[in-house]
Amino acid sequence: MHGAGHAVCLGSDIDTDIIIAGRYLRTKNRSVWAEHIFEDLDPALAPRLAGAVILAGKNMGCGSSREQAVIALKEAGVAGIVAPSFARIFFRNAINVGLPVIEAEVPCREGASVRFDLDAGWVEVDGDRFPVRPLSPRMIEILRAGGLVDHWRSQR
Amino acid sequence: MSTLCEQILGAPAGEYVDRPVDLAFAHDGTGVLTRETLREMGVDTIPHPERVRLIFDHIVPANTSITADLQKELREYACSSGIALSDVGGGICHQVMSEGVVRPGQIVVGADSHTCTLGAFGAFATGVGATDMAAIWASGSTWFRVPETVRVTLAGRLDGAAEPKDVALAYVGKLGMDGASYRALEFLGDGAAGISMAGRLTLCNMAVETGAKTGMFYADDVTLQYLAGYGVAAERQEPEECCAAASVAIDLDAVAPLVAVPHRVDTVRPVAEVAGTPLDQVFVGTCTNGRFEDLQRFARIVRGRQVAVRTIVVPASRSVLRQAAATGVLADIVEAGCMIAAPGCGPCLGAHSGVLGEGEVCLSTANRNFKNRMGVGGEIYLSSVATAAASALTGTITEPEGA
Repeated sequence: MHGAGHAVCLGSDIDTDIIIAGRYLRTKNRSVWAEHIFEDLDPALAPRLAGAVILAGKNMGCGSSREQAVIALKEAGVAGIVAPSFARIFFRNAINVGLPVIEAEVPCREGASVRFDLDAGWVEVDGDRFPVRPLSPRMIEILRAGGLVDHWRSQR
Repeated sequence: MSTLCEQILGAPAGEYVDRPVDLAFAHDGTGVLTRETLREMGVDTIPHPERVRLIFDHIVPANTSITADLQKELREYACSSGIALSDVGGGICHQVMSEGVVRPGQIVVGADSHTCTLGAFGAFATGVGATDMAAIWASGSTWFRVPETVRVTLAGRLDGAAEPKDVALAYVGKLGMDGASYRALEFLGDGAAGISMAGRLTLCNMAVETGAKTGMFYADDVTLQYLAGYGVAAERQEPEECCAAASVAIDLDAVAPLVAVPHRVDTVRPVAEVAGTPLDQVFVGTCTNGRFEDLQRFARIVRGRQVAVRTIVVPASRSVLRQAAATGVLADIVEAGCMIAAPGCGPCLGAHSGVLGEGEVCLSTANRNFKNRMGVGGEIYLSSVATAAASALTGTITEPEGA
């Protein structure tokens, strides 16, 4: 399980309301969420997310259980999220939609080149390597399948 | 010797376990994605529909034709799959589940972050996302990492103007927004027995605001008596000497009325420090503070007087509304100039029924004051019901009497 992208830096305690506001939740059209992602935080952020690895502060994804937050990030083209800690529902949701979440302490330089390898247990920022907190074998399995739906299908 | 989580999940903290789930519910918001995910998974039948509930509370009744269509589809799905549906007007999922449904020792999952509320019964109750919920409906079970526990020891008694919400704000302020990440909160100590079931639900409700997986009280006489009112028999649970990862002590006698100021739940100040802040709206309700006891406390303060600011009161459930109507509480609130909205989440999540305009300030009894949550450019202060009532009467943030 590996990936790479350019760094987009975010602060601590990014809540799911600020990722995708409550007023956009009532639809089944997934592209709507990516369209309005981070709208109330910084409308200039959305276009930079394609091919990005988000380097966030602690407690990433706190607040509501809305899975639209991780779907929006994935639909916007985010390749992975690195943070020292995640809110637990967001963490589970990300794995369930096949979006790699990486618990690690890394410095953030906007636009830096980020690579990660979850099997080997590292993340690199501009070539500097940092250890990651390992995921459980089940979480790795789900991520590798591309998410819980594909994992479920593959088990049957 | 184990924590309550370890007793219920049957494994020590840090272990990963697979467990059957006793109750699994989603609401009109998360239910749509849950249904979509089941479709993608190719699951046609729910093996244990009796453990599953769909509860419409987030945008009720529907505010647009898009919402109406989504709710229509879910309604039809509930009917065809044998899932019990609590339709619009029934109330907030956590409140509906607290009215004689959840029992001590159960494993309860809800597709809503505030599912931790139900830990008040001595259940392991936690929030999950829609995809997890779909897999739980399809399989009847899920995986958990058994959490470490933070013990919150309550001493003394609440008196004066402080209420359980102030205790909740106090512990969120102490722990911070991630102070209990991946952990469970246990509320215990001599002071626990003096807190009613409604107060316990308020305390457990805000556990997730510290990052906690759940908040729990041990089932005691208060729990058993409350459940007996619904014809439910249950057994007491006893705390064991052990193994908390951290502890916090709260002296209930010393808790004063508090507010969380914009835009963080853990930036908690004494009401006195922000007294006089002008308000555009007061909102009383939600899964934190929309119970009968809350409405009764509010009514007692505003009775015979007039609110000075737009005030929206939302009962947490039909049963709360019925009780408020039967006891005159509702009439007192209406006579004081407040607006009553349909049982449900109301404007808490900023989707309808009292959304804030640019620059407007709201004092709310809810649990989250994130930036723009109740409307773009709006500011949210969080408080107890008594503080909300005193402030509604003056139109500015005001200490409740007895503070």
